Amino acid sequence: MPQTITEKILAAHSGRETVVPGELINVRIDMALANDITAPIAIDLFEKSRTGSVFDQERIALVPDHFVPNKDVRSAIQVQAMRAFAGKYNIKNFFELGEMGIEHVLLPEQGLVLPGDVVIGADSHTCTYGALGAFATGVGSTDIAAAMITGEAWFKVPESIKFIYHGQPGKWVTGKDLILYTIGDIGVDGATYKAMEFTGDAIKNLPLADRMTMANMAIEAGGKNGIISPDETTLDYIKPRAKRPFECYTSDPDALYADVRTYDVSGIEPQVAFPFLPENARSISEAGTVLIDQVVIGSCTNGRIEDLRLAARILEGRTIDKNVRLIIVPATPTIYRQAMTEGLLEVFLSAKGIVSPPTCGPCLGGFMGILGPGERAVATTNRNFVGRMGHTSSEVYLANPAVAAASAVLGRIGSPEEL
Amino acid sequence: MKIEGRVWKFGDNIDTDVIIPAPYLVTTDVEELGKHCMEGVDAEFTEKVRPGDIIVAGKNFGCGSSREHAPMSIKGAGISCVIAEGFARIFFRNAFNMGLAIFESPGVFQGIEEGDRISVNQDTGEIMDHTNGKRFSASPIPSFMQELIKAGGLMSYILNKRRA
Ligand code: SF4
Repeated sequence: MPQTITEKILAAHSGRETVVPGELINVRIDMALANDITAPIAIDLFEKSRTGSVFDQERIALVPDHFVPNKDVRSAIQVQAMRAFAGKYNIKNFFELGEMGIEHVLLPEQGLVLPGDVVIGADSHTCTYGALGAFATGVGSTDIAAAMITGEAWFKVPESIKFIYHGQPGKWVTGKDLILYTIGDIGVDGATYKAMEFTGDAIKNLPLADRMTMANMAIEAGGKNGIISPDETTLDYIKPRAKRPFECYTSDPDALYADVRTYDVSGIEPQVAFPFLPENARSISEAGTVLIDQVVIGSCTNGRIEDLRLAARILEGRTIDKNVRLIIVPATPTIYRQAMTEGLLEVFLSAKGIVSPPTCGPCLGGFMGILGPGERAVATTNRNFVGRMGHTSSEVYLANPAVAAASAVLGRIGSPEEL
Repeated sequence: MKIEGRVWKFGDNIDTDVIIPAPYLVTTDVEELGKHCMEGVDAEFTEKVRPGDIIVAGKNFGCGSSREHAPMSIKGAGISCVIAEGFARIFFRNAFNMGLAIFESPGVFQGIEEGDRISVNQDTGEIMDHTNGKRFSASPIPSFMQELIKAGGLMSYILNKRRA
């Protein structure tokens, strides 16, 4: 029976030859992840179960990243609980400040998630790892507690939608623009409960960082997972990092899809998603005049070294508008150091931006750049819901790092072409 | 079993950031989370709501983050169940895993007004609006998920299974 990559991975992890969409299955987990918001609930539940030991000390990752460096006493208490739990059960992948980065950038960087894996995370953007050819999906804290006991999770096998991207993207068009365009096309519930499979020659030519940005935002269309078949680009990234064996799967050519959508990327401009939903994507040429107060470049969507390089290309030799605050958040310490070695931090500071330590911080309106009433921000993050970055009357516009950097210089939403 | 209560209505795409805004994610206490339920859409909601009230919403309810604090805050506010045109996937999963009753019922949003008294039959999925006399039906819950609910959520389910 022909199968999609998602079906093949789920079948392999449930001890089956094949699975069909709609089936409820129990699957073996390769990695279970939680952060400083979701781990405390999972830890409580785990302790109440009196299980005594976790299923595998190597296959649990606890990443304090949302409110870290701790923004207040209560967030410090949440991380204390994680630290104590990691110590008590000898969890190998607990990341202390200094090694800690935004989970969905950190785990691939550390080689903890690999092609063919099943990964669950108590964080909705766990779908990022689909860019490596893994089945990765967000779940709740209860699922993580259960997985820490059993090493398993229950799933309904999703139907898949195939997204085919053809053609040569324009100069400032990135993976962020392709995914914003796609969400604009199908809507924020366009892929609810479904697997989003990204394919086509434009994906083949897309750097891995951009692929991660795309898979990262599958949840913004309601998707269960985003997924891209591993290829040379994937293996170049994975091989030096992998510390355990992995398997590469691809969809059969005659596999069944709930829908197939084809895009010519040469016709797609850089996108800006207007408040208050990621589906409100517009071409940059149709953004109009939107004055801004803040720009945030970072997050699990666009906080990688490639994103910082792109922003620096725009900001080099320029100063940002005097009415704008620019906050740059390298996603991990490794990226921070790279940015330092490559001279990017110098560029950002000379442009009058500021560089934050790795953290989720402003992305979820946690700390490090909260918006006041009526303020507007361009952000390279993934959500522009009401109040996402601060006051309920503030606004977030989602864009790629080049557009975000150019907007910081212009003092309004604008394209790098205008500089 | 029947749930009966007064209706509060919310529209499409009610996301987890407005159900429980991020600044409150520094606790796992259900009652405290309940004090800030829906604060991102209606700052006075928790003053108006009474124990047993029901939320009726549009499509894609609970989209956004995986925070279980969202269903927890709804429970904490005393809401007895949520009925929507549709739910976002992780919210749907979390609600079952932690025992918040939810029902997917296309057509409810148009047919039910805020303030109506309605009842839901948990076994049959039948919804009755006692104010205007209209009836609706919710999609049946898959048997595995009924087992989850019967056991009292995912944790009790797997612990029962391990003991057996
Ligand atoms: S960077 Fe933002 S979207 Fe990503 S994990 Fe952190 S809070 Fe969530």
